[in-house]
Amino acid sequence: MANGINTTSISLNAIESMVVGRLKSGSKGFYALLLLSGLLVAVAAGVGIHAMVKGHEAFYNVTREMPWGILISAYVFFVVTSTGLCLVSSIGHVFGVQDFMPIAKRSVFLSIATILSGFFVIAFEIKIPWRMAIYNVISPNITSNIWWMGTLYGIYLMFMFAEFVFLNLDKHKPAVFCGFSGSVAGIAAHSNLGAVFGLLMGREFWHGPYMPIYFITSAMMTGCAVIILFHYLAYKVNGEQMDGKMRRALEVTNKIGILLICVIMFFTTWKMVSGIAGQPAGKYEAIMALVSGQFAPNFWIFEVGMGMVFPLAMFYLSKGKNLTMMFLGSLSMIIGIFVMRFDLVMVGQAVPVFHELGVNEYKHIMSYTPSLYEGLITIGGVGMTIFMFLLGEKLFAGHKVEEHAEHH
Amino acid sequence: MFDKIKLDNLKNEGVENVPMKERREFLKMGFALTGIFAGGTIFSAVSSIDRVFASSEEFASKYPYKPHYSMVIHQDRCIDCERCVEACAATNHVPHEGYRTRILQRDVPDAVGQKREFIPVLCNQCNLPQCTRVCPTKATYKDPQNGIVMMDIAKCIGCLTCQEGCPYNARYFNEEKHAVDKCNFCFDTRLSKGEKLTGCAAACPAQCRVFGDLSDQSSEVYRKVHQIEKAVWVLRPEAGTRPNVFYTKG
Repeated sequence: MANGINTTSISLNAIESMVVGRLKSGSKGFYALLLLSGLLVAVAAGVGIHAMVKGHEAFYNVTREMPWGILISAYVFFVVTSTGLCLVSSIGHVFGVQDFMPIAKRSVFLSIATILSGFFVIAFEIKIPWRMAIYNVISPNITSNIWWMGTLYGIYLMFMFAEFVFLNLDKHKPAVFCGFSGSVAGIAAHSNLGAVFGLLMGREFWHGPYMPIYFITSAMMTGCAVIILFHYLAYKVNGEQMDGKMRRALEVTNKIGILLICVIMFFTTWKMVSGIAGQPAGKYEAIMALVSGQFAPNFWIFEVGMGMVFPLAMFYLSKGKNLTMMFLGSLSMIIGIFVMRFDLVMVGQAVPVFHELGVNEYKHIMSYTPSLYEGLITIGGVGMTIFMFLLGEKLFAGHKVEEHAEHH
Repeated sequence: MFDKIKLDNLKNEGVENVPMKERREFLKMGFALTGIFAGGTIFSAVSSIDRVFASSEEFASKYPYKPHYSMVIHQDRCIDCERCVEACAATNHVPHEGYRTRILQRDVPDAVGQKREFIPVLCNQCNLPQCTRVCPTKATYKDPQNGIVMMDIAKCIGCLTCQEGCPYNARYFNEEKHAVDKCNFCFDTRLSKGEKLTGCAAACPAQCRVFGDLSDQSSEVYRKVHQIEKAVWVLRPEAGTRPNVFYTKG
């Protein structure tokens, strides 16, 4: 990480004292939060490794019929967030829209933090992750969306990391190149994640071109929320006042956020209508589980209420200037989006594959409740993002970009 | 353009004037298209054969595998004695938490006469399997010789995408093997050792499961699938996987 602030003109000792100085500058509350989030990660890693060693079956609530649990949805949530941060922030530092410049560094840093949190969570969902490292390379299956997603996200992470380094070294051209390449890899990776679900025939709720398209759009929506949330929090953590440029950046992010919520509302409406009109087999049952079945509270309260309507109202009423309203809107939206991911993964599996056969075993829509371990690992993933965010604020001195922006 | 008025002016020739050949053709088409209802997703013999392959021409020329293993299940013969399930578990060391085959039960209280039936299910060894397409590491693959969907357990990362992709719920994670496990028509435990039948087919006291080589025209499975007198169907044809496990009655 020290690379990010290294320049050839300063010695290692100077860097060390600078890093130590920056890390020591936090308040008591800061250290308490850092410790707490660090603990959450440690607990998650502990229980995750325990489950891995003893066998996941005893500790996770996933079943043969519903093999993907909350850890998959948490992974989707984190990588959605990461892709969104990358895409929204690239408007400024890659495509040159000046208003977005001030959010670049922190957003790129957070996109790295969130994707690492995603990898952290998925490592405990995949049963034998170390085999992935070997056989993804020596036995690749190019028809597999999972393979493409994993490979492209690897490339994405590499570019985002390089971009962050270049941004901090004030090397504009390579930063733009890496930012652009990272965005392309991110879009390709993320739409492949959508296709992991969308190309499964016989899983009617997922099947079709909707998933990859929806994933990219909702990633950008999430990106807006996360940018607003973490910039608001960052200035609280650092005890600073936002300057005019930063306020303007959040104002335009707020505007894009409004647009994207509307787009997602439009998408969701037609997704629901297409699943109800004509009662398509398999899909209808899944949609009705969201509308009036066991997932209805999730759908109406979290997805629609907290994920879309409330943030839309807050963003709109804030006019991009009332930071408290924007903060509340984005916090509510992020919680709503997490539940959206949960529902997306669970509802797709909830209709048994033999439901239409009318057999006694699979007459009903299935349900899943996360186990303690699964819950702790998910919280650990959130802890990891918070831990890295807090550490990043001090280590990179509030991700100041003013000097960088003035360079070109 | 199609002239509507001229069509309306055409005289009704009456069915009595339809030539015998055309009548026969029409009836044949009716037989071919009529899926005889027996629960679940059912297709008539002709359509199920078409669904075995990417195209019917391919079917007419030859089967892609030699031997092309297949199973025809006489659904009405199953009495749910579960000897197949036990034989499968014993033959293939299936742990208690999993199964490679099982018997589903369907109750139809309003039916006239018999009100319950049993539906044995197992891996359909599909010709276009989704599990092999989605596997990131080729840990599951279609055997190029016999078409059986196999597992290379050393490559399985346990992402369980194959379980999501399987329209037949035929896969489970085997904690002992540290890999996803599934039916392979007892290839390693029986067929490769010279046995002619799978464990389940051999154990069935009611000859419910007929196992054989679909590419052999003298085989029982070939004769059962390639006829139009009795309905033959596959489960979940809409998933497009072209299964090699067929169902029939009678």
